Amino acid sequence: MNSVLSRRALLAAAAAFGMLTVTAAPSSAADTIKVGTFLAVTGPASFLGDPELKTLQMYVDKINESGGVLGKKLELVHYDTAADPNKAVTFVKRLIDQDEVDVLLGGSASGETLAVMPMVEKAEIPYISFAGARKIVDPVQKWTFKTPHTDTMACQKIFEDMKKRGLTKIGMISGTDGFGASMQAECKSEAGKYGVDILVDETYGPKDTDMTAQLTKIKATAGVQAVLNPGFGQGPAIVTKNFKQLGLNVPLYQSHGVASKKFIELAGDAAEGVRLPAAALLVADKLPDSDVQKKVVTAYTAEFGGKYGAESVSTFGGHAYDGLMLIVDAYKRAGSTDKAKVRDALEATKGYVGTGGVVNFSATDHMGLDLSAFRMLEIRNGDWTLVN
Amino acid sequence: MRSVLSSRWAGLLLLAVVIALLPLALKNNFQFDIAVRIGFNAIVVIGLNLLIGYAGQISLGHAGFLGLAAYFSAITVTRYGWPPLVSLLAAAALVGLLAFIIARPVLRLKGHYLAMATLGLGIIISIVLNQEAGLTGGPDGMAVDAFTIGSFKLVKAREWYWLVGALLWLAVWLSLNLIDSPVGRALRAVHGSEVAAEVVGVDTTRYKVMVFVISAVFASVVGSLQAHYVAFISPQQAGFFQSVEWVIMVVLGGMASTYGAVIGAAILTALPQVLTALEDYEHMIFGLIMMLVMILLPKGIVPSLGALLRRVSSKAEGGK
Repeated sequence: MNSVLSRRALLAAAAAFGMLTVTAAPSSAADTIKVGTFLAVTGPASFLGDPELKTLQMYVDKINESGGVLGKKLELVHYDTAADPNKAVTFVKRLIDQDEVDVLLGGSASGETLAVMPMVEKAEIPYISFAGARKIVDPVQKWTFKTPHTDTMACQKIFEDMKKRGLTKIGMISGTDGFGASMQAECKSEAGKYGVDILVDETYGPKDTDMTAQLTKIKATAGVQAVLNPGFGQGPAIVTKNFKQLGLNVPLYQSHGVASKKFIELAGDAAEGVRLPAAALLVADKLPDSDVQKKVVTAYTAEFGGKYGAESVSTFGGHAYDGLMLIVDAYKRAGSTDKAKVRDALEATKGYVGTGGVVNFSATDHMGLDLSAFRMLEIRNGDWTLVN
Repeated sequence: MRSVLSSRWAGLLLLAVVIALLPLALKNNFQFDIAVRIGFNAIVVIGLNLLIGYAGQISLGHAGFLGLAAYFSAITVTRYGWPPLVSLLAAAALVGLLAFIIARPVLRLKGHYLAMATLGLGIIISIVLNQEAGLTGGPDGMAVDAFTIGSFKLVKAREWYWLVGALLWLAVWLSLNLIDSPVGRALRAVHGSEVAAEVVGVDTTRYKVMVFVISAVFASVVGSLQAHYVAFISPQQAGFFQSVEWVIMVVLGGMASTYGAVIGAAILTALPQVLTALEDYEHMIFGLIMMLVMILLPKGIVPSLGALLRRVSSKAEGGK
């Protein structure tokens, strides 16, 4: 008995310590371009990281099948951050120092992107982030670029539409999660520029199940002509339902944070007439043929949807697609894998048509999108329709 | 008694040699980074081990203490220009005081209730850090200035390695001393049976509070340093899962074993980096390893292996 036990214990110990010996770094062959990526594939932001990684893997394979870039194959090196900035820092150190990647893509969430930026700048590696925050590109950092629109732009798009409809006195109800809080602050600072007055400003917790109290206060505020709800996840769906139940009959605006079919499902009939800004990718099949983005968004929808199912197509995967294609384009124009030359070529990108919009980078703009990247949508008969 | 004393110094000497020689095996910045993180986690876990392993009290709120100190240092240094060392000491004093105030009511609770109360404490701190965006930067976190001592600026992982290595050695030394002192014996008595300890005249509450404060201060010092080292902090560092991870490190390395705490921290910090090679199977294999260790080495790695060694050597002696 005794010897059986100790042999077992020894075996387990050997297994545990064997795992500790750090594996040697893979050899870096000169005939590949190493693309390092760190995404939140698991954890609370997995809905961002999962489609991003799948998109990168799918298109890296595709590019390699058709001969690669500059005659070199792309090699994707990926680590999962679980949206933890602390982990992201370690993994980016690993990508830079151990894997010696040529270019960095990723950071699904703003926190992890902001955490690694100082390191990337010091290492001087071209880097494209898939995260939303404006702080990433404002002020502009030499080596950091990003593909998604900012929440500031969403606010501007919404206020533009309100102004067109003559709605200038509004109420706001925002989620207190990262997304909601950030957009609330941006909208409040942008409102003045569009002559919009925020008469009442309410918030709710991301896990709240009833927003009747806040909405009742908005209803009781005299002169409210429209309501704006920056938020994410199930919160906005509950707001939309409560909004209808309380019989508020002013227009309701949601943010791009709920631009998915799931929102319509959750909110049901109450979603009728709700307006929100969203990327063209969401309404690929409804764009007129004359739209510049029509070709790229329908192609991406068909390819990604064909492999993973139509319901899994999201703008987040689109951000990853744009990041990869922008960097490939920069390599081709630079004609070399020299990091500084690739960065310069990336900054010189003009008129690239992606899923997120038409990208024009410059020395002062590392996002390169304007308001045309957002489309104003209205929910009618349980589906999106374009508002002109 | 002599042999106990000499074995203590032998262990400390071995640790010093390992810390001194490890850089020879580390090839790049990333590997130094892992070593530094192991050091940080080990210091917290040594403190937590005093509480869990010796005093028999559980805490699921230590990430809260770490987060509080990290933000205190970050805000006072980055926004108000305090010297980092002053901030670190002030944060430690503040967190120690907070732990002291909270300890009395909280440590009256036992078992699940104690776990719940400390869990609640950690979550409250995490919510405050998330919500007070004006001060803390909210969920997106905030950047932190580099750690300076006088005019010397600590930036590279290699430089940090020596600071953290020295602190780790100090933490082990402190912990071993404490355990061998009357306080340590009192703590073990509390762990064994609180009633019995009280009967023989041990002021159980006083010792429990003391060790709670000590472990909170360990976490606080690491929090301040880590904020400067990573140069960025976010509320996730103060989150519940971080607390749970430390408790796992204590249990895996072996409760009531200071070196077990170091080994537990080393394995759980390095293992995920090694397992990335398995890609999709990473989490599955990680779980499997955890389960196997707990089934086969239920007392934790260091105590179980220690027992094994003793058995082997006694057998060898018996064979002579």
